[in-house]
Amino acid sequence: MSMGSTGEGLGRRDLIKRSAALGLISVPTMSFLSACASGGEDGSTKGPDKGLVSKENPFGVAKGGKLDVVVFKGGFGDDYAKAWEAAFDKKWGTTSSHLGTQEIAAKLQPRFNGGNPPDVVDDSGAQQIKIDVLAKGGQLADLTAVLDAPSLDDPSKKVRDMLIAGTVEQGTQGGKFVALYYVYTVYGFWYSGKLFKEKGWTEPKTWDEFLAVCAKAKEAGIGGLAHQGKYPYYINVVIMDLIAKKGGLEAMKAIDNLAPNAFEGNPAALAAVEAVYEVVEKGYLMPGTNGLTHTESQTAWNQYKAAFIPSGSWLENEQLKQTPDDFDMKFLPVPTLADSKLPFEAIRAGAGEPFIVPEKAANKAGGQEFLRSMISREWSTLFAQQANSLTVVKDGVDPNVKLRPGTASAVAAVKTAGSNTFNYLYPDWYSEMDAEIQNASNELMAQRIQPKEWIKRAQAAVDKAAKDPNAKNNRRS
Amino acid sequence: MSQVARGKGRTGFITGFLILPLALYLTFVIWPYIQTFGYSFTNWSGQSPTFDFVGLENYSALMKDEVFRGALWHNLLLLVFVPTITILLALFFAFMVNAGGRSGAGGVRGVRGSAVYKIVYFFPQVLSLAILAVLFGAVYRSDTGGLLNGFLAKIGLVDPARPVEWLNQPNLVLWCLLLVVVWHGVGFYLVLFSAAMQSVPKDIYEAALLDGAGRAQTFLRVTLPLLWDSVQTSAVYLGIAAMDMFVLVSTMTSGQFGGGPDHHSEVMATVLMRNFLYFGKSGYACAMGVVMLVLTMILSVVTLRATRRERIEF
Repeated sequence: MSMGSTGEGLGRRDLIKRSAALGLISVPTMSFLSACASGGEDGSTKGPDKGLVSKENPFGVAKGGKLDVVVFKGGFGDDYAKAWEAAFDKKWGTTSSHLGTQEIAAKLQPRFNGGNPPDVVDDSGAQQIKIDVLAKGGQLADLTAVLDAPSLDDPSKKVRDMLIAGTVEQGTQGGKFVALYYVYTVYGFWYSGKLFKEKGWTEPKTWDEFLAVCAKAKEAGIGGLAHQGKYPYYINVVIMDLIAKKGGLEAMKAIDNLAPNAFEGNPAALAAVEAVYEVVEKGYLMPGTNGLTHTESQTAWNQYKAAFIPSGSWLENEQLKQTPDDFDMKFLPVPTLADSKLPFEAIRAGAGEPFIVPEKAANKAGGQEFLRSMISREWSTLFAQQANSLTVVKDGVDPNVKLRPGTASAVAAVKTAGSNTFNYLYPDWYSEMDAEIQNASNELMAQRIQPKEWIKRAQAAVDKAAKDPNAKNNRRS
Repeated sequence: MSQVARGKGRTGFITGFLILPLALYLTFVIWPYIQTFGYSFTNWSGQSPTFDFVGLENYSALMKDEVFRGALWHNLLLLVFVPTITILLALFFAFMVNAGGRSGAGGVRGVRGSAVYKIVYFFPQVLSLAILAVLFGAVYRSDTGGLLNGFLAKIGLVDPARPVEWLNQPNLVLWCLLLVVVWHGVGFYLVLFSAAMQSVPKDIYEAALLDGAGRAQTFLRVTLPLLWDSVQTSAVYLGIAAMDMFVLVSTMTSGQFGGGPDHHSEVMATVLMRNFLYFGKSGYACAMGVVMLVLTMILSVVTLRATRRERIEF
């Protein structure tokens, strides 16, 4: 045993240890840096499979070709897609390869960058590649030809005539139709028919009535409003719907079109934010709801811990396991403020699950044909059966399919609303602005900012988005 | 080493072994770095192979980016606290487990049941960060269904109608995350320091004991100096963990890739990922990656330099 010191120079052991330590630096940074590396620019030069173009085969799908399908395997599962692919293969003699995944961005980004993307993608979920980003990069095929192709159910009609209103508008980026949003969704509040019956509460139609029910709920020892606090996306649905209803479609378009007075100086916007803030101030929120995830808060609501929760019509499918059998889920359009321009019955309705065909797909014709097939009664019914949801195909579901109470009430609300539907486009057009408004809403619900500050921040987000050189490509009228 | 290098045949032999790992290293580590550096001067969107050269625009935008600056500040805070707290706790526990016991004259041993402690302390290390995030999600849950809130409500410290929203409090969120990292790390470093302590010859301790050294003195005068190499390496490791933090922040806090509420738990990696995958500003994100790399390199060198002191061999 000896005690000595090596003050000068680097010992061999030292050197190895140090270089090992330095090498370790690469571990955390590397994963991010290597994520930045693209696969190079080799545009694939292999010629696309082409068949003869005819009335039955408007895109010229080659018999016996290959079809590469990637779908988001989320709340709807991916069984529906497998059923579709089987039907497609049978008709066209193709061999489909199927990938159902939640990691859309991770799986597809290298393929988009490498120039060998799949032929059809359901680009959805938390890790979706934003459609606006893909469109700006010129990665999406123009699907206008699909819209103008004859529909499968009735060849005298075009595919576009089979779609419910708004589908084309929603899938349009920079003037081109690039994404087929397939699952029809309505947004609003949800409540338990059983709870309301038990307590003798009635469906509120105005915001005052809504607050009154919240007050009664508080007396009964439960929360009035639950929301998915960790994801302020949901409370934004309430705020934005109140703005659209109070200020009319003009107020909604002002936001989508990034108007300088979209929020600031817009009395409808301030009234809407103040209305939501009143719920917070009066203590009608379910305790702790501001920090809960969507499943946590929705499950608490399923356990009768709150009267209302905002969500889209996927809610019922998402909560299938947590919902008591006699819960009697009901949809409620967002109640109106005084002097609202739109009636109570008006609802936000839009479509989710964007299906795209990449511009560089090897079998682009096959991808387009796949989308055309989706707009058929056969495929739409397949979807409704496998995924328990409605599609954008007009009357696309066989009337014999029995619906669950929540979906049934949503369908009834859609019928009552008629043409009184509206839908925001800014979340698809301006991801950054959306994220900033969500942050502001989180602060509002936690009572860390006041409605006026919310308006200021939301307007700042709009003004920032307006400076984006790409903003002029998106416009709605 | 020089003797080895002199023989030509041996050189070829060694080169043969090194060429493949070197090639792999160049392809999968160095090349992405260089690419990233290149992309940081472009407006690449991340979803298309086309982009324009924009010079230093990304870097100048980065300087003005308040969110990124806040994230950098959070990383620095973590960099100070994560290694310090983890190492101090691990050293304390390791000492107690290995040399803290005091029974029998001249005996150098751990406190009673130290073998069990060693195993139990190591448990957190076995869990992956993803599981940890779920576990602590349940601890910090913002209603009374959460472990902390439920407990505090039971003993009357928290009003059930106003539970503490741990991860939704701007001034709490970062510390809540810090606790998770420390909880996760202490066990591993305890075992690491234990191993180092066990390699210290017992006669040193016995000599110290015979000279009448108390626990604190034994620790400060004997154990710590002999463990310095391990402590130094641990500091670098933990410093790197503090510069990362991506998994925990992105899963536990609100916001796209975490960072909420209102950017109060933002770290550089979360800002980077949001810009890279969500906002379609990948060139900008690459600039952040380069900044992260440079900062981490500097910090590692500084840590190794600053903690350099006389080495004791035994």
